[in-house]
Amino acid sequence: MIELRNLSKTYTERGREHTALEGIDLTIDDGDIFGIIGMSGAGKSTLVRCINLLERPTSGTVIIDGVDVTAFSGAQLSGLRADIGMVFQDFNLFSQRTVLENVTFPLDIRGDTREGREARGRELLDLVGLSDKASSYPAQLSGGQQQRVSIARALANHPRVILCDEATSALDSMTTNSVLKLLRQINRDLGVTIVVITHEIGVVEKICNKVAVLDGSRIVEHGATSAVLTAPEHEVTKRLLGAVRWDA
Amino acid sequence: MREFFAEYGQLLIDGTAKTITMTVVSTLVTYIIGVPLGVLLTVTAPGSLKPHRTLNAVVGWIVNVGRSIPFIILLVALIPVTRFIVGTSLGTAGAIVPLVVAATPFVARLVETALKEIHPGVAEAALSCGASTRQVIGKVMLRESLPSLVRGASITLITLFGYSAMAGAIGAGGLGDIAIRYGYYRYQDDVMVATIVILIVLVQLIQTSGDLLARTLDKRNR
Repeated sequence: MIELRNLSKTYTERGREHTALEGIDLTIDDGDIFGIIGMSGAGKSTLVRCINLLERPTSGTVIIDGVDVTAFSGAQLSGLRADIGMVFQDFNLFSQRTVLENVTFPLDIRGDTREGREARGRELLDLVGLSDKASSYPAQLSGGQQQRVSIARALANHPRVILCDEATSALDSMTTNSVLKLLRQINRDLGVTIVVITHEIGVVEKICNKVAVLDGSRIVEHGATSAVLTAPEHEVTKRLLGAVRWDA
Repeated sequence: MREFFAEYGQLLIDGTAKTITMTVVSTLVTYIIGVPLGVLLTVTAPGSLKPHRTLNAVVGWIVNVGRSIPFIILLVALIPVTRFIVGTSLGTAGAIVPLVVAATPFVARLVETALKEIHPGVAEAALSCGASTRQVIGKVMLRESLPSLVRGASITLITLFGYSAMAGAIGAGGLGDIAIRYGYYRYQDDVMVATIVILIVLVQLIQTSGDLLARTLDKRNR
């Protein structure tokens, strides 16, 4: 279970303060596919990065499975991050490593043996349907294939949570669907909790059981996807749903 | 032609060997110091892995000062330092110290440039996998920029070829020394031309093999 308590993040740039997150309270249960939706600049990426502490919150706490991890550093922090996979919009694969080496990177830094790494790597490539690409390099793959590689990499350490930061935003709609299906399959079969950051309501509709709407650094609405989508209360939710007509 | 080689062949071979030794040894030493400096410049930059404004500014300033001093001045100014480190300011060994001092700031910037080419998201992905700062630097940043580092190394080698010729002027030996003593002081154009031809061939060789190696290493475009 991931709990964010009264989380805030403020950046100071050239003496000017910029609030990215304010008073965020959020609980993500085990087994959820939790959508966090909002317009560009709403603070979604910052929020998801606070979960694995790629961003340090200015105030508030991050509690994972009952443990306050907000102040983790060094080996403790590395251990925490190893247990939380992450998938990015631009895939962020290692261009000079083969697909197999990309997938096994989390095991490599943990110090696993080559044999152990390769066995797990092939298992994962099988899972994402890329067994034949083990010795290819990322540049030789399509966008959808690259995202599958990064999903496999995120799964390497048997994480209980995967964070997806706009994981399908760089993909066309058909590829998006196949990646979303893969995420749902991972959630069902492996019981991995998935946090999905997106600006597309379609993504939430298709795979998320719960959703939180982020606007102006705050959560303005949250609940079960079915409830929020059928009876949206906040203006931004309505706009994201296309319920408010474009008035330009 | 035969006469020329009989008279100067050995001289030119020795000179070439000295020039290559000076250049290769100083390039190696330069990289041993320059790579960590380049890494330091990169990771202490704002928004990078370990931002540290003061350290970044100080190292950057020292590197810029190093790059501002003309090599010929550095060469003379460093004579006492060179004597202290290698025992002599003469010959091949004496040239290595000023060559390293001159090339290190240059290499630090080359390494910095190569590392900054890497998309920050790639380092972030490594962190998200649980990598430590040291692992991000070694297993991701340096590894991802390897082709670019190789290209930088051939530029450095070639630059040091040029510098080593200048070092020849203050008694470092090598092809530059031969060119000055025979070509300049004794008006022996044939010897001078021969040294230039050798230098041209060496530079072409380094550039071509460096490019080839970089291209073979780079897995991005195929």
